[in-house]
Amino acid sequence: MSPESLELFRYFIIFIILLFITGVYCILLSFNLIRVLIGLEILIKAATLLIILAGYTCHRMALAQAMVITLIVIEIVIMVVAGGVVLWAFKYNKTIDPRRLSNLRG
Amino acid sequence: MTVRLVRSIMGLAITSAVLAVILYRLNSPLAAVFELSVCSGLISVIFITTVSFTQRISKERFFIRRRERFLKFLYLPIIIMAAGFLLVRCLQIPQFGLPAPAQVADVRLALWGLRHLDLLGQVVILIAGVFGVVVFFKEPDQ
Repeated sequence: MSPESLELFRYFIIFIILLFITGVYCILLSFNLIRVLIGLEILIKAATLLIILAGYTCHRMALAQAMVITLIVIEIVIMVVAGGVVLWAFKYNKTIDPRRLSNLRG
Repeated sequence: MTVRLVRSIMGLAITSAVLAVILYRLNSPLAAVFELSVCSGLISVIFITTVSFTQRISKERFFIRRRERFLKFLYLPIIIMAAGFLLVRCLQIPQFGLPAPAQVADVRLALWGLRHLDLLGQVVILIAGVFGVVVFFKEPDQ
């Protein structure tokens, strides 16, 4: 890894960590299932940027892009199913506040 | 439909678009196109469709929620700034080297040659997602 690549990696990793903190904060403190999904999306964005950055600094862009394409496919399936879960929760509970979803016992 | 949720979704779409520009600048045009079309477009459509099926809360609860949210997210910029300052001051990434694998320059060759099991996984995940959505929206038998 060249010194220029290392410097670029250092600058980007700061933003990736800040993006990760934002996503975790959003997931932990939101009481709305759609906002929780948005926080999860922010976490996935941080992972996407980290994969591409690793590929760029190690000069393996093709491999990194292939992994990001797989990640995007997984992301879209997760979001579609999670949207279905939110709609299902709203249909049966009339709320998307996870504190009020009291049908699950255990 | 809640305006604030739509604003959040638009913010997420803008974040995806900015990430797509960064990916393009980092020499990943194919990943940038996927990010822009799928993450910025399709996922926003899914979120807006989901939000359009939900209902708005009453005005009293709206003001209570807004105050609660302001108090909760008041600390986020402070945490972000403090973490950014600490990271800039303290982050020392060691020089590391990885074993050099076979270099593949074309993303198509990487996807179909090196990572062909990923394609199988993508197909399985897509089928699982389709079955999941079908199960969620299936009407119960009388």
